[in-house]
Order: sequence, then structure tokens, then C-alpha cells
Amino acid sequence: MDLFEYQARDLFAKHDVPVLAGEVIDTPEAAREITERLGGKSVVKAQVKVGGRGKAGGVKLAASADEAVARATDILGMDIKGHTVHKVMIAETAPEIVEEYYVSFLLDRANRTFLSIASVEGGMEIEEVAATRPEAVAKTPIDAIDGVTPEKAREIVAAAKFPAEVADQVANVLVKLWDTFIKEDALLVEVNPLAKVASGDVIALDGKVSLDDNAEFRHPDFEALHDKAAANPLEAAAKEKNLNYVKLDGEVGIIGNGAGLVMSTLDVVAYAGENHGGVKPANFLDIGGGASAQVMANGLEIILGDPDVKSVFVNVFGGITACDEVANGIVQALKLLEDRGEKVEKPLVVRLDGNNAELGRKILTDANHPLVQRVDTMDGAAAKAAELAAAK
Amino acid sequence: MAIWLNKDSKVIVQGMTGATGMKHTKLMLGDGTNVVGGVNPRKAGQTVDFDGTEVPVFGTVKEAIEKTGANVSVIFVPEKFTKDAVVEAIDAEIELAVVITEGIAVHDSASFWAYAGKKGNKTRIIGPNCPGIITPGQSNVGIIPGDITKPGRIGLVSKSGTLTYQMMYELRDIGFSTAVGIGGDPIIGTTHIDALAAFQEDPETELIVMIGEIGGDAEERAAAFIKENVTKPVVGYVAGFTAPEGKTMGHAGAIVSGSSGTAQAKKEALEAAGVKVGKTPTETAKLAREILGA
Repeated sequence: MDLFEYQARDLFAKHDVPVLAGEVIDTPEAAREITERLGGKSVVKAQVKVGGRGKAGGVKLAASADEAVARATDILGMDIKGHTVHKVMIAETAPEIVEEYYVSFLLDRANRTFLSIASVEGGMEIEEVAATRPEAVAKTPIDAIDGVTPEKAREIVAAAKFPAEVADQVANVLVKLWDTFIKEDALLVEVNPLAKVASGDVIALDGKVSLDDNAEFRHPDFEALHDKAAANPLEAAAKEKNLNYVKLDGEVGIIGNGAGLVMSTLDVVAYAGENHGGVKPANFLDIGGGASAQVMANGLEIILGDPDVKSVFVNVFGGITACDEVANGIVQALKLLEDRGEKVEKPLVVRLDGNNAELGRKILTDANHPLVQRVDTMDGAAAKAAELAAAK
Repeated sequence: MAIWLNKDSKVIVQGMTGATGMKHTKLMLGDGTNVVGGVNPRKAGQTVDFDGTEVPVFGTVKEAIEKTGANVSVIFVPEKFTKDAVVEAIDAEIELAVVITEGIAVHDSASFWAYAGKKGNKTRIIGPNCPGIITPGQSNVGIIPGDITKPGRIGLVSKSGTLTYQMMYELRDIGFSTAVGIGGDPIIGTTHIDALAAFQEDPETELIVMIGEIGGDAEERAAAFIKENVTKPVVGYVAGFTAPEGKTMGHAGAIVSGSSGTAQAKKEALEAAGVKVGKTPTETAKLAREILGA
């Protein structure tokens, strides 16, 4: 889960990383009182999870409370690279910036550990600095158990060649930032820029934090950080039912078991679609291992409720999941929807293999539902689903 | 031969007495796996009856090893307790720990992996969030259905569980030496490279099938390894060509970020290393058949 800047700021503050004051609002008028409290001037910053908002006009200085309200009015509702601005942060204006640095901690998948990246050339995209001046970027592996001690922090500071007059402050920021990374179960904590201001103080002016959704069990506060406004309604409905669903932009609804098989199913449908007017998968939906008939029914309900879907492909290889459960789920879901008075008109192509496949196939044959057809190979079923979607 | 698991493997189950552990212990026993014990400190001293097979429950992994000579542990404990379970297995210096549990926090995986390193990597870890490992006809540890295929000459390594089953099914008439599911999490113990190296050394394996998916650069690194070290034929498949950037596709590790982690880049790297890469699982199976003349 990627956080907004204001959420990152709040987490930094919680762990004593030095930040400027700032509050998030979603109505322009609220900017007035905050700006007055900040001494009559502020920065109005669009809260979007995409880079380049400054260039897009999403960050504006306000020299008065009235002006803050006016800028908030301009920025709220603005579109930045396809992201609508629903919230702005009213922040304390930064003192004069003397230098801009970069520091982050992240997961290093390749080395199965954590990594610190630090540079005295902050303010721009670190990828750009790394590409043009690799010697200006210091990468230091961090042992997951030993973590960032004051000694380790000084090692990073030395490796990135921070000026002597800020070395202690930066080392302190690194220790606090590591605290944030560990205690919040983050996958990324990044400060860019970490600024040295005229007073000589070092302050985190902007930051990015990404949290590990798998760690939610020990962080009840993660729930409140979810961006409910941005979630697609179908994705939100699927999440309610604990389904692993991602909305895509095609026409063939996909349900399968196991992330790898479902990803593979999307590909196979897209290839088949090349021969059928370019139809594409409408979603990713993994019903997981050992899914019951009820889970199958929940999944089908979400997919049939997607107006973009023209046909549905159910692709199951029964490992833990039993194919008879899947078949029963399909029959139940169709009955449930029909009992509710909803007219189901979308054809379903079902491919079942593996655990109890024969039993599952028999259930579908016996049910003899006019919208359901069985194709017993993955490629054949994908072609059929694509053909049906294209014909609609 | 096979790799890492054979008929002599003595298996204990951490979390055997939970619902998932019970279900799969029964299935593993049914496949002929030599399950010699379970571990649960609160039920130590009890035995559990699986259709007439009495399996003792021990208080710790260490005790289970001392009493049974177990050399493999399979871990089914809930995600909150998985890190501690793996650390216990490492401390007991068991040869192989297979972590089935899904939904583990990355900081926990990073932590037990670092711990394994500090203890000299005496324990091979497979997973987490993986289907396990099967040497057909000899032993099955995890949740891979035991009846898909028979012993044979293909070695398989895969990030995905169901794609493992699909591929075993496609090639069921030829059979497999060992199939190992390494999991799709951002941090895993055993990698594609570890399995490729082991299959290269295994006289029973004639051809290796490698299944990857979007995210990270494990497939690219495996390609570099194959080029230098693998003389046996390798057939590859990569899932997720149509996955959009920035969306996690089920597995915590399956995400395309910017230009990295795409299926296309992985396919190209594998092909440059001489690996034949199929467009679909069925086509991949066909490539394997052509090479084996079967």
C-alpha cells in the first residue's frame, strides 16, 4: 500500500524524523484556519500518488489565508496524470533551502535483505541521478536483524559523502527513518528532498512510504490508511468479500485458482483475443486454494456485475480446490442471481482439471444451464471465451 | 536420486494439529510420505490418528529430531507465528524446512532469512507461500496433489503453485524427478538458481522446466546462471505478459514496477541464455516434448 505524502509525513513525525507542520483537508475553506495558525502563509500541496505534481501546478505558495483558500480551490478536483486531487495538505512554508539530499530504506529482493540508498544530490528522481552520476549514489546493504545502529548510520553518511556539518543530523535522521521502516512494516521509506535549511537544520520536506499489506495483522491502524475514494467500486466490493481481484480494461471476465494460473489465464485470453477483434481480459480474480462453492459464487457475482464483461472464463486446476466445489459454486451463483430477479445473459466458459474434475464436469453437464459451456483445455476454453465476448 | 527429497526423508509437520495441517498431513501420508511427527508445544505427548497411522506430537522441533531422526520439516502455522516456527527449525538445524504459509510479512521473511545466514545456512528453506516439493512415487511435502503424475525424467521449478500442477498435468505421461514450488513472495529461501543447480547435478533429471512470473529479477539472474552452468535443456514459461504496471497480481512479489519485472524482459533474458520459452503452459509442454522426443 503506497501512502499519500501527508500520511508519510504523519508517520515520520510519529517516529521523530524532523518534518514541517502540515494538515490535510478536503474542502478549500479549511485552508484558512490552518494557514492562520501557521503564521499567515502556507504551501498548498496536492495529495496524489504520482510524481511530477509540482510541474502540473499541484503545489502552490500562499502568502495569506485568503490566498491559501483560493489555491486550495484551484487544486482540489484537479487532474494530475489521471489522478483526481481529493485532498490537499496545507503545510508550513519551508525556510530557505541551502542543500537537498536523498535518503531511503527499501527491500532488496535480489539480495533478500534491506538496502539503504543515500545521495547528496537530492531533489530529483533518484533513478535519474543513479543513471547519470552513479558515483553520487551510495547503496549500503542493511542486515535485517542488526538494523541501522548509530554506527551503521555513520557508515551510510560516510559512503554518501555528506558534508561534515550535517553528518550528525543526517545520521540521526537515518536512525529515526529506520525506526519508521521497521516499526511500520514498510517496504519503502524515502525522503526526497532531505533539506538543509538556512538555520543549518536538516528537515524531511517530502517523502514516500509504502507499507506491507501482509503486515496488517499487527497494525490495526493500517485500515484507516487505505484510500477508499480511489478504489474501483468492483475492487472495493471484492475486498469486502476477501477476494483477490484487480479490475482491468477488457471484456472477458476471468476467475481462476492460484495467482500464477490466473496471470497465465489473462495472457492466454489476450493471445486468443488477437484472433477475435482484440478482446482482452476484464479482470484478475484468484479464488485461492481450497475455495468453497460460496467463494466461487461470490467471485462470479462480482464479475457478472461488471458492465464491461461480455463473457466469463472460469479456469480451475484443482489442487487443494476441488472441482466439484467450483462447479457447485457456479450453479449456485447463477441460481442466486436469478432468484434475486437479475437477468444473467453473459455466457460462461468453464474449464476444470485436476482434483475431482470428472465430478465437477458432471455437475455442470447435469445442471445443463443454457449459458454455461464446458471446454476441457485451457487454450481451447480461452479461445471460446474470446470468441463469445467478440460476438456480443 | 531426485533433489532434496526422497523415500528416506523423515518429515515432521509444524502446525500439524491445526485444520490445514491435519488435512494435508493426511494427504501426505496417503502419498507415501514418511511423516514421523508433528510439533505443537500445547499438545506434546499426544498422538494423532490418521486412518490408522499414529503420528506423535512433540513439544519442539529439536525434540522431534532427537526422537525420530527427522530431516525435513513442513510448516503450516498461521502467518503471525511463521517467523518463530522457521527460526525454531533453523535452530534445530533441520536439513530442509518447507514453508507453506501464505501472507507472511516481508519483514518476517527478511528476518528469518538473515537468521539462517547467521547460523551458517545449515537449513535449506523453501518458500514461504509455496506449494512445497514432490518427488513422485517417493515423498510429497506440502500441498501439491500427489496423483497428477508419476516418477520420470523432468525436473520442475516454479514460483506458482497452480502452474506447477498445470505443467505436471500437461507432461504427466513423461513424469517428473522432482517438482519444487519456490513461491511468489518478494523474499524466498530457495531460488530458481538453487533448483537449477541441483537438477543439473541430478542424474535422473534430463530436462528442466522453469516457471516464472512478473516482478523482481529472479528469472534474469536464473538466465545468467543457465548460460554459465546448466548443460541440460531448459524450457521456460513466464506468466503475466498482460499484467499492467503497478498492480499486484495475487502474489505479493508479482508486480511490474516501471520498466523492471516485466514478463517480456524475463522471456528475452531466458531466450538469450538458450532457454526455449513457451507462450502458454500448453505450448511450453510441447517444447519439452519435442526436446525429449516424447
